[in-house]
Amino acid sequence: MITFDGVTKRYADGTVAVDDLSLEAPTGEITVLVGPSGCGKTTSLRMINRMIDATEGRVLIDGVDVRTVDPPTLRRGIGYVIQQAGLFPHRKIVDNVATVPHLLGWDRRKARARAMELLERVGLDPGLAGRYPFQLSGGQQQRVGVARALAADPPVLLMDEPFSAVDPVVRASLQEELLRLQAEFTKTIVFVTHDIDEAVKLGDRVAVLRVGGRMAQLADPATLLARPADDFVAEFLGRDRGIRRLSFVSGEGLRLRTDLTAPASAEVSSVRGTAAPWLAVVDADDRPLGWVRVGELPESGTLADVRLAPYGTFVRGRDSLRGALDATLLSPSGNAIAVDDSGRVRGVLTRETLEEALRQAAGGAGGARA
Amino acid sequence: MPGVPVREEPLVRWDWIGRNWPAIQALLADHAVMALVPVAVGLLVALPVGLAGARWRGLYQPTVGVVNVVYSLPSLAVFIVLIPVTGLATRMTVMVPLAFYALAVLIPAVVDGLASVPGHVRQSAVAMGFTPLRRLLRVELPIAVPVVLAGLRVATVSSVSLVSVGALVGRGGLGYLFIDGWQRQFPTPIVVGIALVVLLAAVADTLLVLAQRLLTPWARARGTA
Repeated sequence: MITFDGVTKRYADGTVAVDDLSLEAPTGEITVLVGPSGCGKTTSLRMINRMIDATEGRVLIDGVDVRTVDPPTLRRGIGYVIQQAGLFPHRKIVDNVATVPHLLGWDRRKARARAMELLERVGLDPGLAGRYPFQLSGGQQQRVGVARALAADPPVLLMDEPFSAVDPVVRASLQEELLRLQAEFTKTIVFVTHDIDEAVKLGDRVAVLRVGGRMAQLADPATLLARPADDFVAEFLGRDRGIRRLSFVSGEGLRLRTDLTAPASAEVSSVRGTAAPWLAVVDADDRPLGWVRVGELPESGTLADVRLAPYGTFVRGRDSLRGALDATLLSPSGNAIAVDDSGRVRGVLTRETLEEALRQAAGGAGGARA
Repeated sequence: MPGVPVREEPLVRWDWIGRNWPAIQALLADHAVMALVPVAVGLLVALPVGLAGARWRGLYQPTVGVVNVVYSLPSLAVFIVLIPVTGLATRMTVMVPLAFYALAVLIPAVVDGLASVPGHVRQSAVAMGFTPLRRLLRVELPIAVPVVLAGLRVATVSSVSLVSVGALVGRGGLGYLFIDGWQRQFPTPIVVGIALVVLLAAVADTLLVLAQRLLTPWARARGTA
């Protein structure tokens, strides 16, 4: 656990970068520091590995004041990832990753083997090991940066806007990758960003800082979206808070109807008597094909001959209430088709059931993480 | 030269070169030593001075100011001033000023080279747990190499060219051939001198380029890194 205990950073010219910050970053969790520029988030991060020393207060790692540890020794036990990856341009990728093991005096062969292993873990082709950083794309460089930070298996990882210099598609995949790695390695991560969406996506806990280095709110993402502490936090969270919060409400418990699906091979006459206005048509493999309006069925033939309306799906057990809501909005039927991980239809979520769930979510205090 | 009338003096008389070849070789060797030793000494001095200049920026400007004033002095004038100290027609009289000229190019090259280390690279080295000395030796200096080598190429070529001026104070390597040819109205030594000075500069430069290729394969096609 990393503890900030009344930490203040004041510069010689009187500027206060961090003002009486108290915060705990629990072991094995991702704590995100987020705020506008000038809120002291990077300064706070750097006080953990003593790239900056606090003016007042203490920073503790598992109860040990970092000021009592020699900085190079301290830093070799803390992984660090920065915005432009900060790779050494004159060293091959494998040597970049093996940097800290080398500094720790590992046997050369062991350090290289470890580096190769990590390149694979972060999803990089081991064939890149012999390249130089300039030969890699920005996203690849950032993955190398993460591999390098993990090389000596430090319990703590500091990440300073690591994904903000890459394009949105790459950023999203790097974020997914981080969550996957975190599930595997379970590090104590302190992550700095100015992007509230990133904070909410990655953080187990999010600390919102305001300019001048004061804590505005510390909460889990769902609580943050549901109950921002003040106008500053609400404004910083931005628009669509209500909808974004639904990402944190599980869609697991949604009641599905299984009587509103019909195979494409079914005769029109056999479904004409259905009480519901819409039916979901599925193929022989149980995959969704579209919606048919019961009142507009032709005289004869099978459902395969009917023109189908578009549909939306959500994955049962994986997608949140937000995914379910999105799926209902993609179809004129107003219903969503629930599928399992392999894409087979499990049932239909009606607008009525969804609305009931939305009402509960709005009343509840947050709900489970999706 | 075939086709040139016999009575007119040809541009190059190959028989003169043949007869004087041992003397020409000696001049070439002398020229090479007087050109290259000052650059080597200059580099050895420029490294610590440049490191100091990069660390304490306040020191850098005055240092460059002083060295630039030295650089602005005409080489011939400096040679003449030095004669009472280092002697007439000695190598030292030529090499001391040339070492200062090399410094004038190399100190900024070292400082600029260190400044070419991207901030995020330096920061990540700190954050990885490099000690300051190790960071300098393993990260900052290697990354500074391309810029320092570029300065070294300029210093080397200009040093090779400047040695010739020393002929006016009795020690100019191949420069002697210019004075000899001019005094005797005899073009062959002049042509030979020019050709060998250019050749020496080209060889030295090529060696430095090869060294750069070998030392910094990572800089061959600098991209975003």
